[in-house]
Amino acid sequence: MDLTDLLDTANGVISREIFVSEAVYQAELDNLFTRAWLLVGHESQIPEPGDFFSSRMGTESVLLTRDSEGAIHVLLNSCRHRGMKVCRYDEGNTLNFMCPYHGWTYSTDGKLVAVAGELLGVPHFRAGYGSRLDRSAWGLVPTPKVCNYHGLIFASWDPDAPPFEEYLGDFHWWLDNLCSSASGDIGQVRVVRGVQKWRIRANWKFVSENFLGDNYHGPPSHESVDAVGIGPGGTSAATRHGAAPGKPRSVASTSFTRLGHGATGSARYFLGYPAFEEPELTAYFERAEAARATRFEAEGRPIGAMGPATLFPSMSFHAGPFPRALMVAHPVSPWETEVWRWYLVDADAPPEVADWLRRYYLRYSGPGGLVEQDDMENWDYATEASRGPIARRYPYNYQLGIGMTQPSALRGAVESDYFMTEENARNFYARWGQFVQGDSWAQMMDGV
Amino acid sequence: MSTGHDRDELLDRLLLTQELTDVLYDEAELLDEGRWEAWLDLLADDLSYVMPLRLNVAVGQHHAREQTRGGEEVCWFDEGKHTLTQRVGQLRTGVHWAEEPLSRVSHLVTNVRLRRVELPEVELSCRFVVHRNRVADETDFFVGRRHDTWRRTGADGDSAGGWKLCRRELLLDQNVLLAKNLTLLF
Repeated sequence: MDLTDLLDTANGVISREIFVSEAVYQAELDNLFTRAWLLVGHESQIPEPGDFFSSRMGTESVLLTRDSEGAIHVLLNSCRHRGMKVCRYDEGNTLNFMCPYHGWTYSTDGKLVAVAGELLGVPHFRAGYGSRLDRSAWGLVPTPKVCNYHGLIFASWDPDAPPFEEYLGDFHWWLDNLCSSASGDIGQVRVVRGVQKWRIRANWKFVSENFLGDNYHGPPSHESVDAVGIGPGGTSAATRHGAAPGKPRSVASTSFTRLGHGATGSARYFLGYPAFEEPELTAYFERAEAARATRFEAEGRPIGAMGPATLFPSMSFHAGPFPRALMVAHPVSPWETEVWRWYLVDADAPPEVADWLRRYYLRYSGPGGLVEQDDMENWDYATEASRGPIARRYPYNYQLGIGMTQPSALRGAVESDYFMTEENARNFYARWGQFVQGDSWAQMMDGV
Repeated sequence: MSTGHDRDELLDRLLLTQELTDVLYDEAELLDEGRWEAWLDLLADDLSYVMPLRLNVAVGQHHAREQTRGGEEVCWFDEGKHTLTQRVGQLRTGVHWAEEPLSRVSHLVTNVRLRRVELPEVELSCRFVVHRNRVADETDFFVGRRHDTWRRTGADGDSAGGWKLCRRELLLDQNVLLAKNLTLLF
């Protein structure tokens, strides 16, 4: 698809068509969601052999499974015979998925099949197929690429996709923090059971754009929640992200100019953990902050990189702990998105800490969250008001902070001079354009 | 024919059912008229207000896994009076864009049944239908079951005859929430 007339990221002018056009949407499905690395879930959701979690990649239903040997797979949830979903449960434990339509049965039991998801049972195999059906050729379709990144499971449908670590680049510092406990111990987080899923009438890219470094929206969008104060330690407006009073929430935004990832904040800047009304919470996070500082210095990890941030294209997150949560924006149509939210806590958090954080996450994020409700109102009505033929003639303005960046110490990244910028969005859409117009991986990964 | 004693018990129960049904209707009126501070006055300080997620699980697992658990798992809401008071405060700011302009909301409450009567506390169940119409063409239906515990506090002159809500579990009949947000008070 030719995007020349729609994208002018250098000058910060982007057509509304990319948010409302059905042709652009179809090109996204064909060229972006079939190739990019997408989040599927977290290994703590499927701890035991046979555990599965029903997930989604773009518009496709997939199963995140753990086979009888403990290995993790991502399988397309669609019977190879007539396409019926072989599983309509959100989670559970089984090694065999039987299609309810004609009974084809697939297995992840290593004692019965050579490849997880292989077709095991076919009704009337002998009498009806003369035993000639090649069951090894008709298994559930696996994603050719799966990566377990410190517990986060990512997958890609493209066998030629680069390794996840290359796709991630130095943005890994943000993902590392998401996967780390409050004391910085990587991989030591778990998902709190229950994934919030809800529909919004907005284009999916509004979600990514909001998290990848849009500090600009904060004051007008979130004035109402800052007025009531939902953060740790009481009611002051500065505590929404756990910032100490008077300390800026952010000093810059960081953009990975070629890879498209972006973050509010810098790898060089860390807010510190707040004080709480509850002494046991204050004690836990004081200890954690001290341990984190020691560990990060010893391991050479930058002190910041907490976000909010977006991993290109559609996984957004706060690296924590206030909150520590991730969301994936699944496209439904150009004008509708299904948002999924996972919440994470330290794997070894004492019950009172895990409970405090869980309650904080629920009043902050998701459809019941006092913060996120106002974001969704804006995304929805922005989408609606951009659909008309007259509105579509007038592009969106992304000129905030053009030319106002400085090099970052991180490979392939820049930092904004001022903490409000649209540099991150410009680079995100440039990357988006490469995918959607069908550039090759060689073109897209050259020199990143 | 019931004996005089049974009949007295039955009448007591009917009167209590009607008294609490009236409390539920009054509560719905407060919510739908936007009198949220008066609604907050109905809430006990130790209120637990939970709306779990509803999951698709296999037969036989419903009891253990079909709803997420308040107190330990992710819910739509799992909070108390303090957070609900913050929600009301946010609605009053005039810049809570998700409810500015305000939605039109109606709470319908039905199928009221007393489940446990151990005065001063009464557990009851009911069904709710909450209809929201917003801005121009946005319409949402929230349908489900409610399990409440109400406590008689004996305060005279109170709009609810001294009844305070101390526990509410809301079982919304949706897996993927089809509304964009939950700015409503249930």
